[in-house]
Amino acid sequence: MANMKVEEKRAQKTKMSGALMLIEALKAENVEVIFGYPGGAVLPIYDKLYSSGVFHVLTRHEQGAIHAAEGYARISGKPGVVIATSGPGATNIVTGLTDAMIDSLPLVVFTGQVASNVIGSDAFQEADVVGITMPITKHNYQVRDIQELPKIIKEAFHIATTGRPGPVLIDIPKDMTTMEGEFDYEQEIHLPGYQPTIHPNHLQIRKLVEAVSQAKKPVILAGAGVLHANASKELQQYAEQQHIPVIHTLLGLGGFPADHPLFLGMAGMHGTYTANMALYECDLLINIGARFDDRVTGNLKYFAPNATVAHIDIDPAEIGKNVPTKIPIVSDAKEALKELIHQEGKPADTTAWLAQLNEWKKQFPLYYKNDVQTIKPQKLIEMIYEFTNGEAIITTDVGQHQMWAAQYYKFNKPHRWVTSGGLGTMGFGLPAAIGAQLADKNATVISIVGDGGFQMTLQELSVIRELNLPIKVIIVNNQSLGMVRQWQEIFYEKRYSHSLIPNQPDFVKLAEAYNMKGFRAKTEAEACEILKQAFSLDEPVLLDFHVTADENVYPMVAPGKGLHEMVGVKPCDESLQ
Amino acid sequence: MRRIITMTVNNRPGVLNRITGLFTKRHYNIESITVGHTETEGVSRMTFVVNVEDERTAEQITKQLNKQIDVLKVNDITDQAIVARELALIKVSVTPALRQEIYTLIEPFRASIVDVSRDSLVVQVTGEPEKVEALIDLLKPYGIKEVARTGTTAFTRGSQKTAASYKTAFII
Repeated sequence: MANMKVEEKRAQKTKMSGALMLIEALKAENVEVIFGYPGGAVLPIYDKLYSSGVFHVLTRHEQGAIHAAEGYARISGKPGVVIATSGPGATNIVTGLTDAMIDSLPLVVFTGQVASNVIGSDAFQEADVVGITMPITKHNYQVRDIQELPKIIKEAFHIATTGRPGPVLIDIPKDMTTMEGEFDYEQEIHLPGYQPTIHPNHLQIRKLVEAVSQAKKPVILAGAGVLHANASKELQQYAEQQHIPVIHTLLGLGGFPADHPLFLGMAGMHGTYTANMALYECDLLINIGARFDDRVTGNLKYFAPNATVAHIDIDPAEIGKNVPTKIPIVSDAKEALKELIHQEGKPADTTAWLAQLNEWKKQFPLYYKNDVQTIKPQKLIEMIYEFTNGEAIITTDVGQHQMWAAQYYKFNKPHRWVTSGGLGTMGFGLPAAIGAQLADKNATVISIVGDGGFQMTLQELSVIRELNLPIKVIIVNNQSLGMVRQWQEIFYEKRYSHSLIPNQPDFVKLAEAYNMKGFRAKTEAEACEILKQAFSLDEPVLLDFHVTADENVYPMVAPGKGLHEMVGVKPCDESLQ
Repeated sequence: MRRIITMTVNNRPGVLNRITGLFTKRHYNIESITVGHTETEGVSRMTFVVNVEDERTAEQITKQLNKQIDVLKVNDITDQAIVARELALIKVSVTPALRQEIYTLIEPFRASIVDVSRDSLVVQVTGEPEKVEALIDLLKPYGIKEVARTGTTAFTRGSQKTAASYKTAFII
């Protein structure tokens, strides 16, 4: 019987071209969708793709392809797959690779390359893609031997999806795609230099249990690591069991229900007063899958000054990188939380602490002054939240609209929030929505973008139309690069250098050009009306909201300041001011 | 502070680029690098001497290096009993009349003359970087035309117990 299997396996080792190997490998990896753009160096791959039955989405720019793959990966948890041609095709994905690297998104990216015999001769559409992408990929390869190709692809999927996820790039010279070799996808992966630690060290877990039992003011800072590990349930169970309040990073949103009484909101530069003060005042800080980004910590000198810091992270290099850490736990978030839940230990006595936090929540909620004559961007997000019962997938770019979405769309479920966090990439939201919708076909997907970022990748409207994806593209149009304008207002004496764009094109007409419905609103009543219309349509719709142009994102921790030095914190009752 | 970091890596195209790229990206300054084969086929050893600000940076370097898929093992061996050696070639201007003087001078360093011409000779010296420095300083008055140094290569000693006595033992 065993011999039979070996025989069968041998028979499977059929000879085929590199291009066909790639297709077969993608099938073996159960890849549902590829995002890509053809070109000279990948013609043999596209030729095999033609009759393969593998679903391929032709974006209108390679940057669109890779951001779509990121959106797909963020929602599905599966690796996003991208194909781009050599030279400009490959350099066009550099932003997306960097974005995926810093936000830990699993991608497997194939780039074409000029034929092996002309590499290094500055051939047509040649670029040193392995060199260029080395610092912005988790790992990258150039195929130099056709026999290596199946092994490389298998390793790439393994590396991209395990440990701390990230993008892996495979650069394939054109001759490697036409050359034939034996296809063996059964071989085992052997990577002695790559052995991620998944399970926590028991001693460190005990240390944390001990620290919790003695803590008076503990707090959990939960990042996207919780989402990558699918550990939302465990996080909630642990927080409830130990009565510890939870704060999210920007990318962690949705990991813990926003309407839960233990939730304090988002931390950082535009986080809630309560979350930031809790980080400042806490005596035990349990970081789960967040990397203490500078936008979260503010000035490190004043960050959690009285706290014992425990840090659970699958990437050991993140522990102790920015914040000295007393209890380091290298582990998958889910494994560590499961272990913590089952430990015997006295929960922290947080009654007084929670009372204090609730008082802050009541006194200093997120705040804006509404005006029905115009559309307040915060109000717009709240309206979207109500229309979608907080269950939509939201994708954004970077900037004011992103912060308002993070503040006012209350994510109660995990894997609903797709944003460019670490890199802060304009033009991310629209293509990411395509990938997100393909990952979850039944979900309501809303791409909230600014009028600036939208124009960086708006060509992808073509794809939305072509695939008839019922994505609602919402432009928070303040006729400016809002966050730049805000900083110029506050820190550069209102010298609005190249941040005001009063002559934006007619986005409704643009929607028409792409053969989709477009609506515009300038007052709150109109906004409500067009939202109602848009959500009644099962098709792509573009909505252009002319919001209050000079609205700023508050509260705010100015650069160089500590989290306790927030400005723009206003009590809900104005008479208290 | 000066740290000596050794590591074993897969001998693949671009690995050195990967490592030095990481140093650039993370803003670490490299003082020297040596690379060569090991006893295992397909595995190379690298020795880095780096200057870092503090312990935390030193720790970050080894952690970041460890994340590289092609890096098999990283060791910061600065505080261990180690054998650290460097080779230097020093071309000195010397007239035939002074040759004998140079011979006498380099003898305690166990250095040797590996090339002689009418107006110069080449001294080869091996040892701790400090020893190499000392010899270069001694030869300076004669006129040094060129110096080529390999940078430090190092690994830990077989026995770590008597670390203190080893540390004083390797001058010359």
